[in-house]
Amino acid sequence: MEAVIQGRVYKFGDNINSDVIIPGRYLIYIDKERLGQHAFEMLGEGFGNTLRSFDILVAGRNFGCGSAREQAATAIQGLGIRAVVAASFARTFYRNAINDGLPIVECPALVAAVAEGDSIRIDLAAGKIGHAGKEYPFPQMPDSVRKILELGGLGEYLRGKLAERG
Amino acid sequence: MGMTLAEKILARASGRDRVTPDEVVVARVDLAMSHENADLVRKSFLEIGLNQVWDPTRIAIIFDHRVPAESEKTATTHKAVREFVAAQGIPNFYDVGRGGICHQVLPENGHVRPGMLVVGTDSHTTTHGAFGAFSTGIGATEMAGVWTEGALWFKVPSTIRIEVKGSFHQWITAKDLILYIIGMLGAAGADYRAVEFDGPAIRAMSIASRMVLTNLAMEMGAKVAFTPVDEVLLDYLRPLTPQKIHRIAPDPDAHYERTIHIDVARDLPEPQIACPHSVDNVRPLSALGEVPIDQAVLGSCTNGRLEDLEVAARVVAGRVVCDRARLLVIPASQRVYLEALRLGYLETLVAAGAIINPPGCGPCVGLHQGILAARETCVSSTNRNFLGRMGSKDSRVYLASPAVVAASAIAGRLAHPASIVHEEEPCLTEG
Repeated sequence: MEAVIQGRVYKFGDNINSDVIIPGRYLIYIDKERLGQHAFEMLGEGFGNTLRSFDILVAGRNFGCGSAREQAATAIQGLGIRAVVAASFARTFYRNAINDGLPIVECPALVAAVAEGDSIRIDLAAGKIGHAGKEYPFPQMPDSVRKILELGGLGEYLRGKLAERG
Repeated sequence: MGMTLAEKILARASGRDRVTPDEVVVARVDLAMSHENADLVRKSFLEIGLNQVWDPTRIAIIFDHRVPAESEKTATTHKAVREFVAAQGIPNFYDVGRGGICHQVLPENGHVRPGMLVVGTDSHTTTHGAFGAFSTGIGATEMAGVWTEGALWFKVPSTIRIEVKGSFHQWITAKDLILYIIGMLGAAGADYRAVEFDGPAIRAMSIASRMVLTNLAMEMGAKVAFTPVDEVLLDYLRPLTPQKIHRIAPDPDAHYERTIHIDVARDLPEPQIACPHSVDNVRPLSALGEVPIDQAVLGSCTNGRLEDLEVAARVVAGRVVCDRARLLVIPASQRVYLEALRLGYLETLVAAGAIINPPGCGPCVGLHQGILAARETCVSSTNRNFLGRMGSKDSRVYLASPAVVAASAIAGRLAHPASIVHEEEPCLTEG
């Protein structure tokens, strides 16, 4: 996982649900590229391609609500998106993103300040986001949870743990 | 200070005397449920590098989202899971024709009891809080972790208490109550939180009705939801399990983030409808004007149980589905299907022009068995009306109670059951 993520943001509103992120009919797929091809297609043809020109998604409250489908996090990675910043997340999306190694940050103040196309700089280790000359702090995850994200996901974390045990 | 139900169960499962909200604990899992996405879990599990799951008796797998297989790809997935189940010796496996919807099959077979910690790779796993379990949805990779270690991290949620009193008006049900609550609190109103439903109106409800509340609590973001562990529940569970059933209750001095009071006689004079395209876009039926419908869906983990089929049969008995509409009925399980057959509900529904789909999720997830075309409108007893959920991104889904779904199928427009059963209105025709 990158310690610092810098890039242009696309901005969504509140309650973006996981059916909109990736419709149920594509849940037979699990690979990032395939899911990325269909991500957000409910919002219009070619909308996913529009998102590919951005690096970071910013959203309002309750991003990823609805279905617990892990493919929602995977599909966003399939678009080449490197992080999601939201005012808040639905809990299943939050957990899935960590377990898939997709960096996510809760920072309502940044969400209120940022506009589509702006550049931001997320410093995960320091717990702050830089935007337009200002810094926005965000609360750190518990160490045990942050370790999963840093290793690139739960699969890597558990593989490492089993290897340690021998 | 005392503990809420969620705190008590997480304390027990993490080996602590007590826990408090916002702590992160590692808790032992009592039951780990998956549906077709068990194939995804299986792949992640094998990638981790172990050959044997932590405890096959604590894993349950139920096919429901794609039954029977709608494509060769799904058939291959089903086959791979069957082979994995056999190789691992997982006893609680419910194949096509043996079970139904996971959230109906688990309790029907006595797998869920008060005080348990249950996780499932499905967001509506909150349903099992109607059986006094701390029960919540997780992702597939996370489930692979549970299959490996039998444990998972949880942030202890704070709890919202919802006290409900009063008698329901005729035709008003648990579905109307929970839609009303979601409309009030919003889609993020219970994010990360536990919800305890209690009060005389809840204690008077059947278990099937309580499951509607705990199921749909997820749609306001709840991590877990509970209804009381009382005599009604114990009477339901005793014939299903030889295991000892623990009576658990929140402490009288437990701390609640907030308490909400509802009087259903006062607050729910008429059916509640969740309008497109979000579950918290809730309006009373009379506020909607004329809404013609093309499809009516009765089923799902929310409202596909015997009492739901019974009320629908009562509404359509001796009538026929309007020419412009189609009525799809999906019993929640094989057991519900058989019982509804024996009691004649299905005969009544078929005679009215309903088509019966096999037990499972049906069209709710937008995969098969009743997909909507562009510019079609559906009234459904299911749990989500998101943009494109049941088919075309240009279709519209209204969520309602089974009684309203049945009445609307007869009228060809959103309709109050009282308008159908008492004074018949003319069927709405095209154009």
